[in-house]
Amino acid sequence: MSTESAPAPQSKVAEDVPQRPRIAVSALATNLREYGLILALIAIMVFFQFTTSGTLFKPVNLSNLVQQNSFIIVMALGMLLVIVSGHIDLSVGSVAGFIGALAAMMMVIWPLGPFSNPLVVSIICLIVGGAIGAAQGYWIAYHRIPSFIVTLAGMLIFRGICQALLGGGSSVGPLPDGFKALSSGFIPDVIGPLTLIPPTVNAAGKTIMGSGLTLHMTTIVLGLIAVLAYAYFGLRTRRKRERHGYEAEPFTLFVIKTLVGSALALFLVYQFASYRGLPVVLLVMGVLISLFVFVTKRMTIGRRIYAMGGNAKAAQLSGIKTERLTLMVFVNMGVLSALGGLIIAARLGQAVPAAGLGSELDVIAAVFIGGASAMGGVGQVIGAVVGGFIMGVMNNGMSIMGVNVDWQQVVKGLVLLGAVIFDVYNKNKA
Amino acid sequence: MASTILEMRDITKTFPGVKALSNVNLSVEEGEIHAVVGENGAGKSTLMKVLSGVYPTGTYDGQIIFQGQECHFKGIHDSEHKGIVIIHQELALVPMLSIAENIFLGNEHAKFGIIDWDANEARTSALLKKVGLKEDPKTLITNIGVGKQQLVEIAKALSKEVKLLILDEPTASLSEKDSQALLDLLLEFKRQGMTSILISHKLNEVNRVADKVTVIRDGRTIETLAKKDISEDRIITSMVGRSLDDRYPPREPDIGEVVFEVKNWSVYHPLHAERHVIKGIDINVRKGEVVGIAGLMGAGRTEFAMSMFGRSYGRRITGEVLLKGKPIDVSSVSKAVEHGIAYVTEDRKTYGLNLIDHIKHNITLANLGGVSRHSVIDDMRELSVANDYRKKTNIRASSVYQMTGNLSGGNQQKVVLSKWLFADPEVLILDEPTRGIDVGAKYEIYTIIARLAAEGKAIVVISSEMPELLGITDRIYVMNEGRIVGEMPAADASQEKIMRAIVRGEGKAA
Repeated sequence: MSTESAPAPQSKVAEDVPQRPRIAVSALATNLREYGLILALIAIMVFFQFTTSGTLFKPVNLSNLVQQNSFIIVMALGMLLVIVSGHIDLSVGSVAGFIGALAAMMMVIWPLGPFSNPLVVSIICLIVGGAIGAAQGYWIAYHRIPSFIVTLAGMLIFRGICQALLGGGSSVGPLPDGFKALSSGFIPDVIGPLTLIPPTVNAAGKTIMGSGLTLHMTTIVLGLIAVLAYAYFGLRTRRKRERHGYEAEPFTLFVIKTLVGSALALFLVYQFASYRGLPVVLLVMGVLISLFVFVTKRMTIGRRIYAMGGNAKAAQLSGIKTERLTLMVFVNMGVLSALGGLIIAARLGQAVPAAGLGSELDVIAAVFIGGASAMGGVGQVIGAVVGGFIMGVMNNGMSIMGVNVDWQQVVKGLVLLGAVIFDVYNKNKA
Repeated sequence: MASTILEMRDITKTFPGVKALSNVNLSVEEGEIHAVVGENGAGKSTLMKVLSGVYPTGTYDGQIIFQGQECHFKGIHDSEHKGIVIIHQELALVPMLSIAENIFLGNEHAKFGIIDWDANEARTSALLKKVGLKEDPKTLITNIGVGKQQLVEIAKALSKEVKLLILDEPTASLSEKDSQALLDLLLEFKRQGMTSILISHKLNEVNRVADKVTVIRDGRTIETLAKKDISEDRIITSMVGRSLDDRYPPREPDIGEVVFEVKNWSVYHPLHAERHVIKGIDINVRKGEVVGIAGLMGAGRTEFAMSMFGRSYGRRITGEVLLKGKPIDVSSVSKAVEHGIAYVTEDRKTYGLNLIDHIKHNITLANLGGVSRHSVIDDMRELSVANDYRKKTNIRASSVYQMTGNLSGGNQQKVVLSKWLFADPEVLILDEPTRGIDVGAKYEIYTIIARLAAEGKAIVVISSEMPELLGITDRIYVMNEGRIVGEMPAADASQEKIMRAIVRGEGKAA
């Protein structure tokens, strides 16, 4: 083998040629976890598609699924960074509940004049969320109080404030429609619908819901643009690598990956387009996911977070300001918890004292199912997102099947345990 | 003549790729204090681990005969059962438990699992009296000093009816006064008939208490000296007596003006505020010069280097760091790096590498700005940088995507070096750059150091291996107990001179 040859000066040929297939193999191996997870999600979806006699993939159910789980996935993006940096945040559910209550009070109860405008309220709420994250992160980063304890305190404090704000057990609403659109709205069809099959009209002259086939063209166009961009950027990265004399992965693998990904995306786009179009919250989620993938994979701050989680002392001795970085990770978590809270309130149309209760556990489970390590330093954004969807699909599928909520929890717990055992087993084998 | 209590015959212990001990013989007579001396890494601690069963029977070759019986210890329990108790360099006390709880930990006076505290405390008081420690048995370990903790360890050993007490560098972290007290206690035990083995490299202490000295070097017994033959000079010659061969690459020093200077540097311990760790150090390094800092473990060399590198160690740091004659701010690691200072740690696994990430990411970590634009990392540029350094430092790995945790020590060290080379420093401080790596990799590291010096960098090498310092440096500072106790051109230096400077604390040894 080339690696066992003598340490004599190696010629360029001797060094580079035998390594090409190795790079491909290692690239495949490192991505296997991610592919495996996506395959698991697909398998779970197919399973429920059968056991729910085709309900799962119905356009209306897909929209529901996205709207019900989006807040988990939004918060999982922040939680991923928290866990990668070697910490945990137990307060996200309570912070989300508190922010929902705050937003409702500002929009409905308090006489704030122009400041009760949904957009203004949302922006203020995100800032408050960031401030909460900073307050907790300060103690964790600069005073080395364990994050488990600080955020456990935060969990109690903000749930308490949430309930106090809402005046005991009551709920506050209804929230303005403009605000509710964040969760339950769909993007407007600026291009105009395309009717392929006219809907059936019943005897009373009314159209029967769900009959016929009308496509939301803006959704279709956006979907096509996204798929083309995905293929284009993939190709461009490949070409760039080749120009520099490196090979990323075998071309066939790349083509298969791109085709399968595109086909799946187009299928989902078609399903959404045949209902009411792309949910607003899915668009928000998509933008955030892309942003976090970019930050973690391409930006220096992302790299520093992984280095800090992998070995905080080494990172510090490499000139990374670990305290400030930890603070920023928690500020980010606070902002995303606030966004999660706004999404919950918008979906319910009101603020309730129990909003987001226990959701920190779903968020953390999503991140761990997605392959993050509790020791820090390991975890992928896409993994956390897929982990979130696995939890969501199981919730949704089992509810449609009529599985008791108690047993749903048992199944979710087993899946979490199984996923982590699988991870640890794989790591030990390697 | 007293009878032989312990005899270790032809002990050979191999670790993968390294022969740590090779046919070592040790014979200890009843009632004596037997000192085992040798350089760091000579094999003293390994020998004691074989004796106490840390390395169980079957993992080494040779015989252990204790009180006339051949012993096959499967673990520490077996050897303690026989009355062999070892007190390790790092104390094994539980800080938040009391003295009494620590002494009888795992060995409590109890009935049906219910502890009889009165009995425990009464016995503790008796033991504490024996070692001369005036503390309440209920005092928590964390509230007493290191010297007293050492005494608690000894009391703990006494509670086990010890026949042979082994002390591994017992005074390494003690003050002069505590050390003296400890040595007096050893002499007192001897009068009572106890046998002890003292592992130390403080020759004045050995000289004072030992009846016999066995010298170990490179995993072999060199000789055993009787009381009348013990002298520091004799021991030093025996400890270091090996020849320098061509284990070092040749180089032509091209030394310029002073680049890096430290003036009156002083540091206190981070936890024990009153402990003065670094006491007014002045050093300077010239362009293209390789300067060594010699000293024994615990001399304060790492603490000195880390306190200069962004205050990564210590409190109440005072003094000045100058680069090309101008004072610079090194109060944070990023500032030190910006000014062109790099510190390559002695402990690459704890302080140097992210072991769960691959080579490429580790190499660029200290200079991410060098591979990014507007905070966005240029993947291709990073890859070519990583491959470039992999070739330059000859890192043997399947690709730059290999996890650093799976590399050999030598290759890990090259990754850490690469990281700092890519940060392009003017001053490079290398702390034990070849610790725990094999001879071939050492040569490669030396070659890199020589090349960097030729490029005009100022280099500081901290090393406990004196031949290494003599082989690769131009000038050597000798450090002991937080002070510079000697400075000599490498050409005039010898291991004896360095050792003399250390043990006698003299600036200019003859």
